[in-house]
Amino acid sequence: MEFTRKNRQLLSRIATNDRHGENSPYFDGWKAYDSNPFHPIHNPDGVIQMGLAENPLCFDLIEKWIRENPDASICTAEGLDKFKDIAIYQDYHGLREFREAVAKFMGRVGGNRVTFDPNRIVMSGGATGANETAMFCLADPGDAFLVPSPYYAGFARDLRWRTGVEIVPVHCKSSNNFRITRAALEEAYEKAQRSNINIKGVIITNPSNPLGTVLDKETLRSLVSFVTDKKIHLVSDEIYAATVFSSPRFISVAEVMQDMDCNRDLIHIVYSLSKDMGFPGFRVGIVYSFNDDVTNCARKMSSFGLVSSQTQFLLASMLSDDEFVGNFLRESSKRLAKRHHVFTKGLEEVGISTIKSNAGLFFWMDMRPLLKEQTTKAETELWRVIINKVKLNVSPGSSFLCSEPGWFRVCFANMDDKTVEVALDRIREFVLQGKEENNHEADKSQARAQRWRKQNLRLSFSSSRLYDESLMSPHMISPHSPIPHSPLVRART
Amino acid sequence: MAIEIEQPRVGLSKVAVSKTHGEDSPYFAGWKAYDENPYHETSNQSGVIQMGLAENQVSFDLLEKYLEEHSEASSWGKGAPGFRENALFQDYHGLKSFRQAMASFMEQIRGGRAKFDPDRIVLTAGATAANELLTFILADPGDALLIPTPYYPGFDRDLRWRTGVNIVPIHCDSSNNFQITPEAMEAAYQSAESMNLKVRGILITNPSNPLGATIQRSALEQILDFAVNKNIHLVSDEIYSGSTFSSSEFISIAEILETRGYKDAERVHIVYSLSKDLGLPGFRVGTIYSYNDQVVTTARRMSSFTLISSQTQHLLACMLSNKEFSENYIKTNRERLSKRYDMIIKGLKKAGIECLKGNAGLFCWMNLSPLLEKPTRESELALWKVILNEVKLNISPGSSCHCSEPGWFRVCFANMSEQTLEIALERIHKFMEQRKRS
Repeated sequence: MEFTRKNRQLLSRIATNDRHGENSPYFDGWKAYDSNPFHPIHNPDGVIQMGLAENPLCFDLIEKWIRENPDASICTAEGLDKFKDIAIYQDYHGLREFREAVAKFMGRVGGNRVTFDPNRIVMSGGATGANETAMFCLADPGDAFLVPSPYYAGFARDLRWRTGVEIVPVHCKSSNNFRITRAALEEAYEKAQRSNINIKGVIITNPSNPLGTVLDKETLRSLVSFVTDKKIHLVSDEIYAATVFSSPRFISVAEVMQDMDCNRDLIHIVYSLSKDMGFPGFRVGIVYSFNDDVTNCARKMSSFGLVSSQTQFLLASMLSDDEFVGNFLRESSKRLAKRHHVFTKGLEEVGISTIKSNAGLFFWMDMRPLLKEQTTKAETELWRVIINKVKLNVSPGSSFLCSEPGWFRVCFANMDDKTVEVALDRIREFVLQGKEENNHEADKSQARAQRWRKQNLRLSFSSSRLYDESLMSPHMISPHSPIPHSPLVRART
Repeated sequence: MAIEIEQPRVGLSKVAVSKTHGEDSPYFAGWKAYDENPYHETSNQSGVIQMGLAENQVSFDLLEKYLEEHSEASSWGKGAPGFRENALFQDYHGLKSFRQAMASFMEQIRGGRAKFDPDRIVLTAGATAANELLTFILADPGDALLIPTPYYPGFDRDLRWRTGVNIVPIHCDSSNNFQITPEAMEAAYQSAESMNLKVRGILITNPSNPLGATIQRSALEQILDFAVNKNIHLVSDEIYSGSTFSSSEFISIAEILETRGYKDAERVHIVYSLSKDLGLPGFRVGTIYSYNDQVVTTARRMSSFTLISSQTQHLLACMLSNKEFSENYIKTNRERLSKRYDMIIKGLKKAGIECLKGNAGLFCWMNLSPLLEKPTRESELALWKVILNEVKLNISPGSSCHCSEPGWFRVCFANMSEQTLEIALERIHKFMEQRKRS
């Protein structure tokens, strides 16, 4: 099909601008992975995917539950009698049982210190859809939201692309473990005002992506009082709430609101099952607002991204099984804790430190000592080395708008134990070689160059075509379409 | 000029406070009356019968039979194989097997007269999302789309609410059976220009909702020519394509393009969904099929906000790739809808009511203009209220579909049992008798 220059003018500004975010060099890492994915047998020199925050560690528990509960599916003999009613159900309120089960689940994840109202549960197309919906409800094109950095790279698209809303980052620093301070918020707010930028709210991610830390009560109270003072909104994206694997416990903004003088109409929560349960494919996003108007508006907008009634039905059944849920949450925490420990210990042994974290599917790795200079350019150079030579797709701090160069987000949950070992070996080797380089002069670096060359010779790019997709570890499958796709094929990184 | 810094308010967005979601329209007031007093064949025989909901309930048994016979293929009931991969799959390309099944299903519906490339299929959560998404891509805020009237009331929200795009109607009337003419299209275009609105596209629904009729080949040719002439897009919402009563009478824009060797195809985009043909509105299965590479790429990226549940993609991939099932379904569904249509037309005729000659869809377009006191919208709404409150039928007034001629009503017939339809027809008959006498 001919694609003429004239064609470009035929599409909207939204369609032709870059706010979909996929042209960022950030995705070079994904491209490197997609063109040479690691496989323990068929491609042991391939790139290991450590840029994808997925949580497949407890699928065995879920699969067991599915086997034991055939009536949770409307396609089995046991569940078929429900098929017609469910298939027809497109009410944007959502199945009552689904809302009740999700509300209960959210309550449990918050340590049962808060009760969530099923009538405030509004569906959306994943948290991706939920965050966008929140922006559509709360801000006009040209308005802005304050977003503490480092923050999830997808926000650039989700908050801005179709909404026309702007992001004003609130830079947090490692000197105080990237805490969000009232002072930083005030400063960002004042600066925006002086530039005629209309701030409509703050959006936080708690637990944090990419830091893997939880917000403490003080910070949460400070945020709630900040927005109440300024009469702006607070959106709390709590998508990682159940990935907390050690203390301190997760505290929802809903909890701190309970004993605070604040304007409840300003507080909104975004939730999803993509990380806590490991169901990104099911597209379960939730907007939970304490503001009736926002709830009503978001519910109308949910028509553009309802959860499949088939999926609502399945999850209503699964999440209302108290015993299963309790066991799942406990096991999930245990397994995440173990994985996290294996990695952080392994890194410690070679002198790599990480931000002390207790949640999330990743850790925030400090590679500042390895930078030639403390600049984004040096960080990008180091990152290219990690992708192309060490063959790990990790995510550079700059893609999270981190103001300090040298930090990297490393996902640890989306692989099996053996791959963890390989990844750790590669990091150890790289760091130790780096240390050698510092201790010796040019002749050593020549030997190293030889080693790299040797490693390169072992590579065979044709190997990326050798393996049967069905033989690959499931969590590494990215079904390949003939149309070269951008790495942001997953709704969330 | 000094710019005043607006004091921040606890306000919501303009989109949030606008009424463009459209739910205050009388179209929805009827739903309310139904919700408060729904008909039930045993427990509430005097309740309101819902005839405002374009749902297809006539062929569920075929779906249930398929599932009974293929439970291992489509579910995780035994051993849960593939659950993990499926639950993790969030690639916005969508399951390849599902796209292939959709492409093949769309070809079957068109009797093989058009070919569809699975890689041009973009998945969205329902046609609602597909239409909005396309609007975001094809038009800027403040621009206009031309839409023939009468049209689906949901378009007012789907195409305008969050996108900020305007709808300029192409007026059609009964003098030529509501067909779209070049004159009407040109008039709409001029009207937009006079309002300083930049026209970016024309959107047609074929088969038409609410008319229940397919668009003729000559009209499709003229519509495409018009789009080429004005250098605008053509979106063809073919959501009812599998609900035509006879397979040969539906002509897709895809067929027109094929006969033209795909010249000018890059401005054409087709919307489809399984909500009507398969009766699965709860599953949220919509698609955009575009002949324009950039639209495909951009739509795919945008679909991140509205993907189809991988669980549902998996189920439908199995079901629709079973050629025996899909062929039988399409054929049987057509026959049953046709039979329903005949039944309602006969029943209405007996009561002295005429309808537009239809050949598709889940509804008929009923002409009650002879009953209006005055040929006005107010009279139409007054009559509608009588039908709702006294006859206890929720039907959709033409004015809610932006029909320029008062007195027409859309009446759905596929969302109920035959018995219920009989009762509805009896009520109409009685109502008409009473009116004759008085």
